[in-house]
Amino acid sequence: MDISQSGTRQTIITLGLLSGALILFTGAVGMIAAFHEREVVNDFITLGQLVLLITPVIFGYTAANRLGMTGEAPMVVLGGGVIIGLLTTLPTTIMLLFNSDEFRFLLDWSLRLAPFVVATAIAWRMRRQRAETLTVVGSWLLVTALLGIVTFSLALIFEVKGDLRSVLVNINRDWVDVVTFDNRRELLQGILIFSLASVLAGFLGSLCYYLPRTPRRALFYGLSVTLLVGAFGETVRLVLQENLERDTLNQLFRRDTLRQNAALGLLIVSTVVGYLWAAFGDRARHGFQNLGGQERRTTQMIGTALFVALLLMLPWLIGRTLSDVAVTIGLFVLMGLGLNIAIGLAGLLDLGYVTNYAVGAYILAVMTSIGPLGLMKGSFSFWMVIPIALLAAMFAGFIFAVPVLRMRGDYLAIATLGFGEIIGKLAISDWLKPLIGGAQGVQAIPKPIFLGTELKNPEQLYYIVLVACLVTLFVSIRLNNSRTGRQWMAIREDEDVATAMGIDTARAKLLAFTLSAATGGVAGAIFAAKVGSVFPNSFTVFISINVLSLIIVGGIASNPGIVVGAVVLIGLPELLREFSDFRFLLYGALLIMMMINRPQGLIPTKIVSHEIRAGVKAKAAAGD
Amino acid sequence: MAEKPKRQQNKILVATGMTKRFSGLVAVDNLDFYIPEGSIASIIGPNGAGKTTFFNCITGFYQIDEGELIFDGNRIDGRSPDQITRSGIARTFQNIRLFNNMSAIENIMVGQEPHLKSTWLGSILGLPSTRREDDDTEERGRELLQFVGLEGKGDMISKNLSYGDQRRLEIGRALASKPKLILLDEPTAGMNPRETIETTGFIRRLRDELGITVVLIEHDMRVVMDISEHITVLDYGRKIAEGLPQEIQNNPDVIEAYLGRGAAASAGKNLAS
Repeated sequence: MDISQSGTRQTIITLGLLSGALILFTGAVGMIAAFHEREVVNDFITLGQLVLLITPVIFGYTAANRLGMTGEAPMVVLGGGVIIGLLTTLPTTIMLLFNSDEFRFLLDWSLRLAPFVVATAIAWRMRRQRAETLTVVGSWLLVTALLGIVTFSLALIFEVKGDLRSVLVNINRDWVDVVTFDNRRELLQGILIFSLASVLAGFLGSLCYYLPRTPRRALFYGLSVTLLVGAFGETVRLVLQENLERDTLNQLFRRDTLRQNAALGLLIVSTVVGYLWAAFGDRARHGFQNLGGQERRTTQMIGTALFVALLLMLPWLIGRTLSDVAVTIGLFVLMGLGLNIAIGLAGLLDLGYVTNYAVGAYILAVMTSIGPLGLMKGSFSFWMVIPIALLAAMFAGFIFAVPVLRMRGDYLAIATLGFGEIIGKLAISDWLKPLIGGAQGVQAIPKPIFLGTELKNPEQLYYIVLVACLVTLFVSIRLNNSRTGRQWMAIREDEDVATAMGIDTARAKLLAFTLSAATGGVAGAIFAAKVGSVFPNSFTVFISINVLSLIIVGGIASNPGIVVGAVVLIGLPELLREFSDFRFLLYGALLIMMMINRPQGLIPTKIVSHEIRAGVKAKAAAGD
Repeated sequence: MAEKPKRQQNKILVATGMTKRFSGLVAVDNLDFYIPEGSIASIIGPNGAGKTTFFNCITGFYQIDEGELIFDGNRIDGRSPDQITRSGIARTFQNIRLFNNMSAIENIMVGQEPHLKSTWLGSILGLPSTRREDDDTEERGRELLQFVGLEGKGDMISKNLSYGDQRRLEIGRALASKPKLILLDEPTAGMNPRETIETTGFIRRLRDELGITVVLIEHDMRVVMDISEHITVLDYGRKIAEGLPQEIQNNPDVIEAYLGRGAAASAGKNLAS
């Protein structure tokens, strides 16, 4: 009983303070204030406020889940939500008080008292654990002295600098305005509003735990859709612009933000749809699985056809700006599928994938450019050079693979990282300047021409990328479920044993590197044609890291995972350009969260069933 | 039983003067031995006697420093592990080494590697010959699953199989290469008495039904004495005895190696009984 109580207390306090620290941190780095610029629902809530309020909801729900699991009473669970809401505001409140001129003295006093309080707390604890009196007194003195030095120096810094603002530049008026809900002048009132809102949010979060599964999922679905549409209002508006009348659009949006009644409507519709899905989705899936072979195949065919049709119509549906984003995503999907052969299937951690991208881009640039550096003076077309770029990249992949064939794991990663750097340096070198232009790069690359039309818009280039992706996907699926794919997987799992099974590992690894390089070359070539010029600084290690991350986030060795990973890691940052300051912060946070909570990726790989398939076949044969 | 001595005339594996050193330490020392074709042979010896090193030398994991190895009439020393597997020797490992994140049947499909001919280009193009081979590989995988008693568990990830099933899958994977000689490194390690008896019977089936020569490293003397027809005893990398189970049981050198000089005299009787 005692243990469970202290566990409960610990859960609530830990999660509450974590939530509070998160709020304070996002504020201190300036995210809250920057997000406040973007309205989610017109004149109702901004993205900054959303972050403030959604955090206690999430932590309240998490805590309720944990406490509920250990069988705590509803009063405790809901009370936990309230306490978490309150604790969420604590760090921010302290910061607000320290930051204001009226309450400045609090900071001074707490700096003076802190060493004594902390030392006494430690001594108290030691006493309870029956430490000797001399040790306790000694420790008390030591802690007081050490902390005293720290706080004294801090106090000195504040004395000299004047206030916190000079140290934490983002703890400024804008931030205070957001967290106090525009009550900068009446600080205590602002803190009260913030605390009440946060407590309510924490309470609602823990209350969600008691909702039955289906409505809870429906609510989650509805809220996510509404808030996402609101947050990406600009993007959604761009999409709708292509397909709706201006007047209708203005009823839904005020400039780039969702109007209140539109948001309410969307919430209701998406919740209802979510409810239906939550209630009947499972049954539909069961029904699908119980279908006979023929019907099942037909259903799958219809699904695939619809999906392909959607992909084909996409540029018309989403317009120019988003088509451009789609092309970028497509290029990364292409590279992801390629690198996945090395990393996902064969387990070869290749950190120099940018090499292939650069080779493809420069080959296309040099061979098609009509500028001074063009070798063929425009007599080679895009379509003729694509296969050349593919082969050149494969050749590069092969050459770079030879020296690293005997390396494994970490050593291989570092060696390939080195190759990536070498390519970057070569591209910018004086030695190759006459050929590829050094830092000035290669310009005047013509756009691809298809049946007499110049493909210069992203909407048109999209189709090239789409075809390349589909072909790669096809090849990748075929390889995945083949003798070669199984050889690679065996090498990934245990290279020694793979050799003992009779696999020529050196050959299999060379093949993996070579095939994996191919799509990198194609992606590079398309990229060069899209941009129209090629510069060395486009080919940094970040390309390699990005491709690697999207594979890991999506799910290693999972083809659909790679597409999802590219949309999340490449697409979202493109749409959130205005928050580009926080891009890598969020990126890093996402990677860490993924690795802790879902190391298998968003869409993990599925095992191809070989034994069951036989059963189905046998049944079908018996039926005939 | 009567024809067995005749079959044992053929020696499927012969080593002469085999030596393996690890920078000064001599793990296998000037070893001469043979394995009779169609037999179940055991290699025994105290811990650190060089038994697993001996296996690693035969399978090409280690290159021997001196001597020669002849398998089925051909020299195999100096060849790489994959070449040796292709020539007809398969093995299992002391600590199970399956392809953990692949399904059970996929493990067996990889095991068939020496007999596969399809290429990556064939797989991409979906050539009829490649498809046929893939279907055959799958079919044979199913047969082997059945043979090792894992029917219905083929699509499970192999690391999720129980310990005993993993041991059997590893043998199944080794069998997939259609070996003439199979080396089993402690096949009953960590098994309870009932599983041990099952495994013993299973090893016998390998030889009787499939005609494969079996060599095992084993610590369980009951298993060794029960199924072996030929025993080689190693100590400090040297062969100290060789012969039929009866002869080994009564060999004073063997008893000494296992129990020490003092205990040898009195314990000899117990070991023999």
